[in-house]
Amino acid sequence: MRDLLISDARLLDPATGLDARGALLVRDGLIADLGQGLTAPEGAELIDAAGACLAPGLVDLRANLGEPGQEHRETIASAAQAAAAGGITTLCVLPDTDPALDDPALLSFMIRRGEATGSVTLLPYGAATAGCAGKELAEFGLLREAGAIAFTDGAKAIGNARTMRIALSYARAFGAFIVQHPEDPSLAAGGAATEGELATRLGLPGIPPAAEAMMVARDITLARITGGHVHFAHVSTAAALDLIRAAKQDGLRVTCDTAPPYFDQNETAIGDYRTYAKLSPPLRTEADRIAIVAGLVDGTIDAIASDHQPRDADDKRLPFAQAEAGGAGLATLLAVTLARVHAGDIPMLAALGLLTCKPAALLGLPVGRLAKGAPADLLLFHPARGWKVEAGKLPGKAQNSPFDGRALEGRVLGTWKAGRRVFSA
Amino acid sequence: MSYPSKHLLAIEGLEPPHIADLLDLAESYALLNRSGKTQRDLLKGRTLINLFFEDSTRTRTSFELAGKRLGADVINMSVSTSSVNKGETLLDTASTLNAMQCDLLVIRHAQSGAPALLSQKVDAAVINAGDGTHEHPTQALLDALTIRRHKGRLEGLIVAICGDIAHSRVARSNIHLLGTMGARVRIVGPPTLIPADAARLGVEVFTDMKAGLKDADVVMMLRLQRERMSGGLVPSAREFFRFYGLDAEKLALAKPDSIVMHPGPMNRGVEIDSAIADHPTRSVIGEQVEMGVACRMAVLDILARRLPRNR
Repeated sequence: MRDLLISDARLLDPATGLDARGALLVRDGLIADLGQGLTAPEGAELIDAAGACLAPGLVDLRANLGEPGQEHRETIASAAQAAAAGGITTLCVLPDTDPALDDPALLSFMIRRGEATGSVTLLPYGAATAGCAGKELAEFGLLREAGAIAFTDGAKAIGNARTMRIALSYARAFGAFIVQHPEDPSLAAGGAATEGELATRLGLPGIPPAAEAMMVARDITLARITGGHVHFAHVSTAAALDLIRAAKQDGLRVTCDTAPPYFDQNETAIGDYRTYAKLSPPLRTEADRIAIVAGLVDGTIDAIASDHQPRDADDKRLPFAQAEAGGAGLATLLAVTLARVHAGDIPMLAALGLLTCKPAALLGLPVGRLAKGAPADLLLFHPARGWKVEAGKLPGKAQNSPFDGRALEGRVLGTWKAGRRVFSA
Repeated sequence: MSYPSKHLLAIEGLEPPHIADLLDLAESYALLNRSGKTQRDLLKGRTLINLFFEDSTRTRTSFELAGKRLGADVINMSVSTSSVNKGETLLDTASTLNAMQCDLLVIRHAQSGAPALLSQKVDAAVINAGDGTHEHPTQALLDALTIRRHKGRLEGLIVAICGDIAHSRVARSNIHLLGTMGARVRIVGPPTLIPADAARLGVEVFTDMKAGLKDADVVMMLRLQRERMSGGLVPSAREFFRFYGLDAEKLALAKPDSIVMHPGPMNRGVEIDSAIADHPTRSVIGEQVEMGVACRMAVLDILARRLPRNR
């Protein structure tokens, strides 16, 4: 492979706080050097970034792919295409597929399918329980050997307290954490929107916001008695964040992520029964959205994940309560996050850190940073260039973006996986 | 005559002049109906389709009669719930109806928002005849007309809506309409049947029925939607009747000239005592049905004025 020199870039490395003009040299799929005054080796490919931002490729902590089982919604190949267009070079995929990823052979299969894309590292979660059914514990040890990064039942909460206790406890032996969808299933059953005035007006069955805080409170207690590490996915309420903040101050092994809809949109997005904005957890009040932004800023939230949930038109073109929850998120992950940067809510490096080095650190991966010797997983983007999200024109198969129609600033210009260009705008 | 939309999907969003105009027009149709001069040719050549995804006898019949009295060609389509595969036929049906060149489409559906979804896909004017727990606009219009005929006004009246508010589209449409027209709306029921943040709809909430009925001008009872209750929101019918059923003792707390209403069908002995339901002077339940036809004629009339002359 030829050497590659990307010059005149704004180098952004959240791990070290680097934000400076310079160049970056790629050799043999690794970052060979970066900084000012680099000269191109003989025969190197040259790219003039013209002042655009060069950052580590994004590490997406949470995405559901349709494959295996729901290939009409998304396939690994189509998701990889969308990920590359979104600047994502490491993609953690949920195990609640059909069949569920509860067998070592299935995990090996997923990893090989990821490698075959050549554009994204696909890291599967293992199922926390057999079939993600919430009953018998899956084979954490064997799954971990096969490459499981952590364990979860995906979009389903581990509802039984005893099962969760055992999972948190047993996972310690293999150095793995448990990812919980924090929603008490009995309180949330049948709900379609956040309980409150809007759901009452629309006549939609509500999910009380307390369903999230209650599950978080329970699992923090279980983390305390087991010494296990619990990670809460897509946290969406102020009450849950307060509990997580306090647990962290107590020194418990508690981490969490959120997803762009929860810091960019509030429940009014479902007005007129807009099913593309039907998500799980549901969009919340404006006060909760503001609290999530505060959690990004003060470090309570450890990562921003796309929470990509592909759905097709038949899943969404239904009366609201019957429509499937979930939004496509790969292509919009960066730009929606940058909207908070442009709004002055969070500095650029802090925002990028939540998309790169922080999730990488959580997973113990060497990616997500611009460092000599690190894999050359790179993202070149223009922070202010505008574009409009249009369902039907997004990369990949899934078009169910909750941001449909939204004007965003922040455009991916190029993505490199281990030094190989996998996307160019 | 002012009306702001091609469709009638909800009361929420309508302003006092829109509602007053509809009620005035309905009043004139009520008089016309009583005079026996019913057959008119206002909707001659127009096609009205009653599309009912939920069983209903009285609302469908009422729309059918309203359409026929105005001269429309009326077709009833009942789509049995068993053949509806998660609503997919809703949009399939929409394209079928477009091909049939339907002018006015009356829809009832068990899902909130289904008429709104359909209105995006069909050319016809869509009338919501009840969607899930969202709204039932023509019921609120006929209730308001009935009240106005007895009390001469809506503004300033105390209206107590009682029972299963949480699962009631009738309650929501009435709350919006009566509130918009200046009535003082109370909702009365056990806390488990009061929707979240109900007070933010501009009503007073009572869990004690006796307090809620005090000095009321209108007592509106709702059907206890037992079939919609997924899991014990009230322990038993007899307990419900004891505390939230309308009997003579509780009604005595309302104004002496108060009227009793019910959208039907009634569960006698569950939310209303038979003696009250059939009370010769206080119960206006029969008149509600009569006003239903007049209100639906008014709605069809107003919406037809916005239809293109020729298709």
